[in-house]
Amino acid sequence: MSFITRGFSGRSRERDDRLPPGQTLVGDFPVLSAGPTPEVDTAEWEFTIRTESGAQHSWNWDQLMALPIEDVTTDIHCVTHWSKLGTGWRGVALDTLFEDVDTDYAFTMAHSYGGYTTNVPLEDLLDGKAWIAFEFDGEPLDPEHGGPARLLVPHLYFWKSAKWVRGLEMMEDDEPGFWEQNGYHLRGDPWKEERYW
Amino acid sequence: MTGHVDGNAIAGPLADFFSFDITTATGRCRACGTVAELARAMVYVSGAGTVVRCATCDNVLAVLVDTGERAWIDFGGVTAIEVRR
Ligand SMILES: [Zn+2]
Repeated sequence: MSFITRGFSGRSRERDDRLPPGQTLVGDFPVLSAGPTPEVDTAEWEFTIRTESGAQHSWNWDQLMALPIEDVTTDIHCVTHWSKLGTGWRGVALDTLFEDVDTDYAFTMAHSYGGYTTNVPLEDLLDGKAWIAFEFDGEPLDPEHGGPARLLVPHLYFWKSAKWVRGLEMMEDDEPGFWEQNGYHLRGDPWKEERYW
Repeated sequence: MTGHVDGNAIAGPLADFFSFDITTATGRCRACGTVAELARAMVYVSGAGTVVRCATCDNVLAVLVDTGERAWIDFGGVTAIEVRR
């Protein structure tokens, strides 16, 4: 719809159709923290996927950097009603990390340095929908934004994009993580407004 | 053995309990056993909720989520809370 047509229609403002229900656009990037910010040196950083057989697939920082790195431009939506459009990230797709992982379990628990957890179904992590991200806006991820690396699952509310991520544990059942135990929705799809139980 | 009654029976006792100023209460940390006033705990306020942590060991003592219409409170990190009359 052109500007002039919109002007004559008498409507004050077109709602951006990239904005899920109940969300408002912000320019900045509010920080949510449930605890102190862990200071994790990339020299000590490690990311591990643990399966039901006890198998552990681990990557240190150099090994992560040696994997195919993707540029991701995506909208992000926080359950506290803010959204930010077209944010720029770099990271490694979870598809890449799961290539050699053999599991029959359909759910994961993301674990972070500092103790935070959040549950994510495996299908929400695969098919180009999730990354281990280590750059935001062309800069290394700040510790307060989850650096050195965070989970990025932008099609779900942003509490699922666990900051300071250190691993994924395969789960048979969809068990609740930190916020999910305390009122937040098990899955958290912003387009369905899955905010709370 | 005696039978039980339903949860309505705790309405009175709990209303009495929660009428105290909770910050003057003490709690025992489930992780490290420290007994401390809740007012001494470390509180992290985020948009998603409020997280109360033990000042001794960082364990999460309590989580509060309040949406206005709905609210949740989790005291899973304390074994007991003492209020004084
Ligand atoms: Zn403690």
